[in-house]
Amino acid sequence: MIEDLVAARMQMALSLGWHIVVACLGVGFPALVLLAEWRGIRTGDRGWTLLARRWAKALAVVFAVGAVSGTILSFEMGLLWPGLMGTYGEVIGLPFAIEGIAFFIEAIFLGIYLFAWGRLPPRAHLLSGIPIVLAGLASAFFVVTANAWMQQPEGFRLVDGRVVDVSPWEAMFNRATPHQTVHMLLAALMVTGFLVASVYAVAILRGKGDAYHRRAFALAFSLGAVAAPAQVAVGDWAAHSVAEHQPVKLAAMEALFRTEQGAALRLGGIVVDDELRYAVEIPNALSLLAYWDPDATVAGLEEVPPDLRPPVGIVHWAFDIMVAVGLALLALSAWFAVVAWRRRRLPDSSWFYRAAVVAGPAAVVALEAGWVVTEVGRQPWIVYGQMLTADAVNPMSGLRYGFYALLPVYVLLTVALIYVLRRLARAPFDDGAARRVSDYRVVPDGEDPR
Amino acid sequence: MSAADVCLALLWLGIVAYVLFGGADFGAGIWDLLAGRGEPGRRRRELLEHVIGPVWETNHVWLIFAVVIGWTAFPRAFASVAGTLVVPLTLAAAGIIFRGSSFAFRKSLHGERFEGLFGILFATSSLLTPFFLGTVAGAVASGRIPYDGYGDPRTSWTNTTSLFSGLMAVLVCAYLAATYLTRDATRTGRDDLAEYFRGRALFVGWLTGALAVVGLVVIAQDAEALFIGLTGVALPVAAGSVLSGVAGLALLHARRYTAARLTAAGAVALLLAAWAAAQYPYILQPGVTIAEAAAGEAVLAAVLASLAVGAALLVPSLVWLYVLFQREERVVEAGDGEPGPGERDRR
Ligand code: HDD
Ligand code: HEM
Ligand code: HEM
Repeated sequence: MIEDLVAARMQMALSLGWHIVVACLGVGFPALVLLAEWRGIRTGDRGWTLLARRWAKALAVVFAVGAVSGTILSFEMGLLWPGLMGTYGEVIGLPFAIEGIAFFIEAIFLGIYLFAWGRLPPRAHLLSGIPIVLAGLASAFFVVTANAWMQQPEGFRLVDGRVVDVSPWEAMFNRATPHQTVHMLLAALMVTGFLVASVYAVAILRGKGDAYHRRAFALAFSLGAVAAPAQVAVGDWAAHSVAEHQPVKLAAMEALFRTEQGAALRLGGIVVDDELRYAVEIPNALSLLAYWDPDATVAGLEEVPPDLRPPVGIVHWAFDIMVAVGLALLALSAWFAVVAWRRRRLPDSSWFYRAAVVAGPAAVVALEAGWVVTEVGRQPWIVYGQMLTADAVNPMSGLRYGFYALLPVYVLLTVALIYVLRRLARAPFDDGAARRVSDYRVVPDGEDPR
Repeated sequence: MSAADVCLALLWLGIVAYVLFGGADFGAGIWDLLAGRGEPGRRRRELLEHVIGPVWETNHVWLIFAVVIGWTAFPRAFASVAGTLVVPLTLAAAGIIFRGSSFAFRKSLHGERFEGLFGILFATSSLLTPFFLGTVAGAVASGRIPYDGYGDPRTSWTNTTSLFSGLMAVLVCAYLAATYLTRDATRTGRDDLAEYFRGRALFVGWLTGALAVVGLVVIAQDAEALFIGLTGVALPVAAGSVLSGVAGLALLHARRYTAARLTAAGAVALLLAAWAAAQYPYILQPGVTIAEAAAGEAVLAAVLASLAVGAALLVPSLVWLYVLFQREERVVEAGDGEPGPGERDRR
């Protein structure tokens, strides 16, 4: 039996952690599809068009589950956290309202894009896809501003438990917004690029190294590889901002219990009795990284009472994992770029493709780890410094049964989604002309481009 | 009209649009459940899928729109509703997951294993989701949600008004869908299917109307404040709804499908408007006014400004979407080998 508050938090984490993966694909995938379609129109090479068609089918499925999993989230904000929404709903409402408009545009043009293929002239069809990309980027941006506000609440005053003088724009563009939104958008591109590339890396390793698979791999991997270096730089920016504005979170990320001057950077390790053991230590590195000064003082967790500290072990490990994956993906992208630049082709080494197979899931791990750092590192506050998570939760007893009920739903959904995407990947090629009208689906005699 | 009134009107517009468009998609799912086996069933399902395929995502967004406007403009009322009605809302949420995803999955697995399983999931969740959303509406309408507090998590939605409105929601969805589908069937050249849905629309239409009369008795006993409003200020609107509903059934009889569609939608929209009028200017409970529950002026102004900008982008896009898919040519059915529009374009 778990406590209702814990269950509510786990339910939120499950729903968000699930949604975010699909949402990343919703942001990045339309761009990939359009790139492929555009190259098909420009070069007249049907191989690209077939690739775009195939990806568009997967996009339709991913978008549908993205939409439903997001809808659940908007319910859960109220079901689980009425304390948060009742008091602060108006402060963070604006970005969600704008996001709603973006969703509308996304859904409308997705309907047109998917179902009017073959009915609109090719160029008009390509153009009808552009609003999907823009709206996807916009919705990710706006929803993350709401999260950033929970880290850096600004733009309101609290009088007798009620908010007054709300400035919604100020709340939206708070201090955490710039780095969080950029970091998230780059993460979406990395996750999409590396995940899609993973699928084709598997095929290439299995001996399907033909032009079709190689170009699909190259296009998707390039997207991830372009974002990777920028992501490391933005992550560093995020860490500086956290050091400045959320010192307790930084201390948890680094498992720094005592305030130190010239603090060492500690990697890995286990937390036992308010102490980090068995970690790899790099002297003065933390002070240097966080404040550009090897002798700077870094505040430790001891600065706040124990009940205001986040869980240290999870946050510390999640941070180390994210950074490790970020650096590894950077190295892999560099390998790709060097070969592409010097020899104008893809790497030959099968080790490269083995690493590329892992890159997709690894990017997802980094994404989830990053969110764990941000959200668990914010605990026990739901709105940093303003409202405790325990005060926001729905006081109804038995909240945990909702979590128990949704758990199998998500497991089923995951299994079904993977199954359907795999079936789609094996389906015959579809050249886009609807031969039979009642469907704009599969054309069985579509030609194989290989 | 104050900014809060405008926000509430927009919220209401979102709900009406969700019922008229999203509700019809739920209804299509209900007809999918009842479509029968074999070749006839397959053809009926194919029409349903063909009609809702391009638009259901968009129709679904109205719900999100309403939820988001709700929590932004009336945060405490929203928190009270969501915090009290955890059970039906969680069930509706699960229904939404199953419905949307299994619809997409089924489409991708055409003619394969599990197509049937996802079809059943899609159809049953299309029946259950509107029921639970209907109980939520009933709980709000009958004043069972205390403002700025938590109501009874069970009786708030298991009372007669709530259960009744859950049932009504299901019937309304089925009625709207069947009526809309008559026109879609003739448009795409499937006149026999038009007859099929006409019969069903007439049946459910009369049933819904008769039940609405019974409902008035239920409401009179269980939700007095609402009843007084409905038979008072809201009476003309409610009468309009009845008239429009009767006209819709007459037009269905006469096989005037386009007009039947409009009047059916009008009847449902006016019904919702009557509820709103009966409750105005109170929110959730008699005694709490819209002005008291509204968010600060700056928030409302920012939301309205964003929505105005958004509408400039949205309205033309929505029109394009619906026109594009309502204006398709008479089509031929799968299997007879005739070229489709896509292919015709290419020649
Ligand atoms: C592909 C995914 C990915 C990769 C490779 C990285 N990150 Fe990240 N990180 C995220 C994906 C992510 C994220 C999208 O999950 C988060 C959660 C909240 C946010 O804004 O971005 C995040 C948050 C996040 C935060 C917390 C921000 C906050 O709480 O306000 C920090 C300090 C970093 N990251 C730092 C880094 C560093 C130094 C990286 C590289 C070396 C790095 N991240 C790579
Ligand atoms: C912008 C969007 C987001 C909003 C508005 C948001 C909101 C919330 C809320 C209300 C909670 C519950 C209160 C709490 O435990 O602190 C929460 C918890 C959590 N969220 Fe977020 N979240 C967002 C993005 C994400 C994403 C994308 C993830 C992805 C993994 C995530 C991961 C978590 C986790 C892990 C928790 C649980 C914290 C704990 O157990 O201690 N969040 N979030
Ligand atoms: C960082 C976090 C998030 C990102 C980047 C994100 C992004 C997206 C994107 C791109 C979509 C479009 C669907 C798709 O393409 O798959 C989507 C759907 C959706 N998201 Fe999220 N989301 C995040 C968190 C949240 C949160 C916290 C909520 C609600 C509280 C939410 C609510 C929704 C809703 C309601 C939809 C459905 C919209 C539709 O029908 O098209 N999202 N999200």
